[in-house]
Amino acid sequence: MAEAAPLGGRPAARTLHVAVDQRFASGFAIDARLDVALEPGSMLVLFGPSAAGKTTVLRQIAGLERPDAGAIRFGDDTWCDTTQGVWRPPQSRHVGVVFQEPTLFPHLTVRENIHYGIRVRPRSDPASGSASGFGDRVRPGSDPGQTWVRPHRTVAEIEKVLGIEGLEDRYPRALSGGEGQRVALARALAPDPQLLLLDEPFAALDLPTRLRLRREVRTLLQLTGTPAILVTHDRGEALAMGDVVAVLIGGRVRQVGPVSDVFSRPADAAIATSLGIETVVPGRVDGTSDGLVRVAVGAVSVDAAERDPIPNDTAVYVCIRAEDVTLESGASGPASARNHLPALVVSIAHEGPIDRVTLDCGFGLDAVITRRSREELNLAPGAQVTAAIKATSIHLVPRL
Amino acid sequence: MDWSAIWLSVRLAVTTTLVLLAVGIPLAYWIVYSPARWKFLVESIVALPLVLPPTVLGFYVLVAIGPLSPFGRAYARVAGHGLPFTFEGLLIASVLYSMPFAVQPFATEFASVDRRLLEASWSLGASRLETFRRVVIPLSVRGLVTGIVLSFAHTLGEFGVVLMVGGNLPGVTRTVSISIYDAVQSLDYASASRTSLLLLIVSFLILTCTYSLQRSVWLKPRR
Repeated sequence: MAEAAPLGGRPAARTLHVAVDQRFASGFAIDARLDVALEPGSMLVLFGPSAAGKTTVLRQIAGLERPDAGAIRFGDDTWCDTTQGVWRPPQSRHVGVVFQEPTLFPHLTVRENIHYGIRVRPRSDPASGSASGFGDRVRPGSDPGQTWVRPHRTVAEIEKVLGIEGLEDRYPRALSGGEGQRVALARALAPDPQLLLLDEPFAALDLPTRLRLRREVRTLLQLTGTPAILVTHDRGEALAMGDVVAVLIGGRVRQVGPVSDVFSRPADAAIATSLGIETVVPGRVDGTSDGLVRVAVGAVSVDAAERDPIPNDTAVYVCIRAEDVTLESGASGPASARNHLPALVVSIAHEGPIDRVTLDCGFGLDAVITRRSREELNLAPGAQVTAAIKATSIHLVPRL
Repeated sequence: MDWSAIWLSVRLAVTTTLVLLAVGIPLAYWIVYSPARWKFLVESIVALPLVLPPTVLGFYVLVAIGPLSPFGRAYARVAGHGLPFTFEGLLIASVLYSMPFAVQPFATEFASVDRRLLEASWSLGASRLETFRRVVIPLSVRGLVTGIVLSFAHTLGEFGVVLMVGGNLPGVTRTVSISIYDAVQSLDYASASRTSLLLLIVSFLILTCTYSLQRSVWLKPRR
């Protein structure tokens, strides 16, 4: 069995295979197919509008809900396969689950909550008996004979990243929403799950707390090497946290891919509507002057006006709405738009009175213009143009 | 005052409550968590003593444990004596009679535990039984106390069932309520009023404790 060993050698990516059907009394049906390789510490985002079935799919992966038919596999483990009658209960899947609400055990202290999932080693082992240390504890439900030791410092490190070391003797009712969710995260990660499942865990929090917690989660995943699946309908969250995104609409997985690909190139109109049509390209901050952030995108650089300063060398997603891109023929003269990018017309798609022009300006960029403008500019595939974008129209999402 | 009757009643009430704890917790657990469709039948049977006249219940118990039933004969063969008009027979009747007073508060409290807490516990590797022990039971303390107190008080005051199954043997089956009845029959009003007052005060104290617990007058709100 390929166990993830976060603090030891680099474990390999494990494939999550989901192919599930579930029908509800309301008539809503889930028919989700998904195959994603999850690198250690990476995050898959299940993105989609509300009532798309995201939470149900996540609960099926957790083993908290049974699909009518289908299979769920993670790495070499089969968690569910209705054709072979295989069903592993949540207890034996070694997944950590964090819900939208903290759902801490109200009768236990923060410390007892965090340690709830950590099992003591069987009695036969001479190292057992110490109630305080964690060096001699094993992952719950491990196969007999296979002892997995979680070093003491890791639980402490998790608590340190989350900043909850001082709360250990409190009861959950004395915690704020953000603290509660941090404790829930620590509790889910303490037994070293092989997969962390997050069901909109930040949705109930205020914005500053949400932003801080996103960063902490990202740090924790890298620290522990745990891959994670995040359910969200917040595109900013999907962009900031996701490595891979799966778009779920009407109970079906409509598109899977790297975040920037899916957001820049939605496969069809329904996906585009749910994502918001926008070019999303990865870039790196390359300097700040006069309140303008210069971002290198491949060989070109663009200027973006950002209210909050972003440190140099930060990896960001550069988001540009097609409506905000204007086209000028030939060479560019001075204008109010900060960015003038020489570009090549790749293709033109007609969408009623509007034309969608796909450009290559060092990175793929879409522009929408009226048909009349297109005719006046005499645009055709292969034409050389200048794409003008105001710095205020370029939106940067720092990657966590 | 008939101290032997009081002592017998207390003994009966304590034993009945202990048996109901052992039987009632698994039964309530099953009623709350079983997916079985026909569990409403079990719930109805458990609740029957609430509506049935004690004499009817007592009559059936008497027949069921008597020498006419296979169970009664089997018990007599093993124990050397029959069940009717013994403490053991009384205990069986009391357990059945007080069953809803234990099982219903238990089940209500178990069912009120947030399901997401159970799911969190399962995901953390705890089995269903372990989750019950570590999460459901600690969060159901109030329901457990209510059930215990109510079964105790209910057994202490029972009359009809005891009379049917146990009769009126001093020190063996003559409980407080029967002793009061006897006292009144023999026009010993002084003894009847002393014992009645004692029973009234005890019952009132017990119920006061129960309701104050339920209203959480003394405990902090749970959530």
